[in-house]
Amino acid sequence: MATLLEVKDLRTEFHTQDGVVHAVNGVSFAVDEGETLGLVGESGCGKSVSVLSVMRLIPIPPGKIAGGQVLFQGRDLLAVDDEEIRSVRGNKIAMVFQDPMTSLNPVLTIGTQISEALELHLGMTKEQARKRSVELLKMVGIPEAENRLDDYPHQFSGGMRQRVMIAMALSCSPQLLIADEPTTALDVTIQAQIVDIVKRLKRELGMAVIWITHDLGVIAGLADRINVMYAGFVIESASNKEIFANPVHPYTLGLLGSIPRLDEAHKAKLTPIEGLPPDLIEMPKGCPFYDRCRFRAERCASENPPLELAGVRHWVACWNWQDVQKKRGPVGVR
Amino acid sequence: MPDSQDKLLEVNNLTKYFPITQGIIFQRKVADVKAVDGLSFFIRKGETLGLVGESGCGKSTTGRTILQLYRPTAGEVFFQGKNLAKMQSEELRKMRRNMQMIFQDPYASLNPRMTVGDIIGEPLEVHHIAKGKEKKERVQELLQIVGLNPYFVNRYPHEFSGGQRQRIGVARALAVNPAFIVCDEPISALDVSIQAQIINLLEELQQKFNLTYLFIAHDLSVVRHISDRVAVMYLGKIVELTDRTSLYKSPLHPYTKALLSAVPIPDPVVEEKRERIILVGDVPSPVNPPSGCRFHTRCPLAIDICKKMDPEFRDVGNLHFVACHVV
Repeated sequence: MATLLEVKDLRTEFHTQDGVVHAVNGVSFAVDEGETLGLVGESGCGKSVSVLSVMRLIPIPPGKIAGGQVLFQGRDLLAVDDEEIRSVRGNKIAMVFQDPMTSLNPVLTIGTQISEALELHLGMTKEQARKRSVELLKMVGIPEAENRLDDYPHQFSGGMRQRVMIAMALSCSPQLLIADEPTTALDVTIQAQIVDIVKRLKRELGMAVIWITHDLGVIAGLADRINVMYAGFVIESASNKEIFANPVHPYTLGLLGSIPRLDEAHKAKLTPIEGLPPDLIEMPKGCPFYDRCRFRAERCASENPPLELAGVRHWVACWNWQDVQKKRGPVGVR
Repeated sequence: MPDSQDKLLEVNNLTKYFPITQGIIFQRKVADVKAVDGLSFFIRKGETLGLVGESGCGKSTTGRTILQLYRPTAGEVFFQGKNLAKMQSEELRKMRRNMQMIFQDPYASLNPRMTVGDIIGEPLEVHHIAKGKEKKERVQELLQIVGLNPYFVNRYPHEFSGGQRQRIGVARALAVNPAFIVCDEPISALDVSIQAQIINLLEELQQKFNLTYLFIAHDLSVVRHISDRVAVMYLGKIVELTDRTSLYKSPLHPYTKALLSAVPIPDPVVEEKRERIILVGDVPSPVNPPSGCRFHTRCPLAIDICKKMDPEFRDVGNLHFVACHVV
């Protein structure tokens, strides 16, 4: 399939009083048309900052996109002028944010907020936009959509607001939907509803999705490919099944060992990753995972490993991945 | 009174309503938020009871009402054979030596102006357990127990990460050598790799000091991992309570089933085959809960009687409790 978005060697940093925070340090990935890419990692690993850089939503200053390319349908989004990026944003690439409570404008009705993009990007009249808004709300499963159009955000629950956000994101039939932890603030039963909606819409509309999450469970049921991020680097990238069946980066392995599974057979002890992630202001010279790694070798302290091929479309940034593969023991159900 | 010696805590018909008032000077009550509505359960010595449910179901209120941080509207809480709900403040204060709490937010639950030594040492002074040099030694010992460097005593909370702060919270709870600890979502504010560190720490401490936990969380995978028995709450009521294995192997209540099926499993092969029970709609308001069974508005199996009569919370064998007409 054709490549829709290609990010090459993206670097984003923030200039703060304490020094330069290296949030994204040369991240490369690609999304094919209709593909779902999962970006997985813990807080501060750069997953949100990388997609915000793609959308050029980084506040400058203190932020700065220090290098790289973002090719969307062959065009470098980092090089185009502001007007052009506005015609892409919300139109061809849409975004759903984590917190449905703060990402809607509290003083405008839901109808006004959905219509805005329709009038702006698609040049619809007020009536057309209103009609389309009702269709969109129905599509994401909001009952009595006609009557709810004149309601304000506070009249909706968290799950309903997130559906409104998705309806807004889908209003211009984007080719790429970026979902930044869209279910983290929601309860599990509501999360299941939202995941279900996104899966169905993806099938019906054929759009590509980048789904950012720290929850390996959610992503296992959704993604085609998964990129695991750590300290501003992509440290492992493979197909969904491959990541869970054959993880070869010690961090990915550590993440899988840290989460209790609902279907675990007996009460086995968790194997947490000891220590803390590195300070992004004073980045270590070698591998960023060195301090916490149980497979570390001498070389890891001084040289940061590049991504190398570890299987079919499986990349890993670790000097010792073969060793890890041999010594890691069984993965999956404990 | 608890009939058997091995029950550390027994709760009968525990109820907590929060009044909604109107008016500024002459406040009158217009309604109640029925946060917790008639819970009965017990916790054995040395075991962990997990309490799960979605936001707003009353699980935190339950924990706080048991510790008498909120005084219950009705019901009894027997702890070591004594009814806490009837106790006066002085007597209660003495009892608090035996029951402690670990809070959800490690950023909000530590006073930013106190040093770690003062935070962990405060309960020792309040309960006249230790002071001066003795106190300092005990604080350092506690820091070591929770896996922190004893030299950290003079530092302030902002110098620590989220996981380390939660360890300080654990040390504070342990300071008075309690028998019972309410853990109110102790890991949900932490990153995945740090969560596992805290879970392991809590498990180790339980074994070492023979602690009894009430573990409150919304994450079923975590609750299943740490608990011996699990209670599932919905809108202020316990709908099902049983041991961890039967709850996950043979859940009876339709809400438990839906909740379990909604939890994603980190394995794409398993996920492909799973069938989800997707509940329609949202949780109703606890101010005006549905008549009869509170779950009937979202229940796929609801029949006529569910709208009229509140199902009894009954034992269907082997201490497997469930509140449902259809089961």
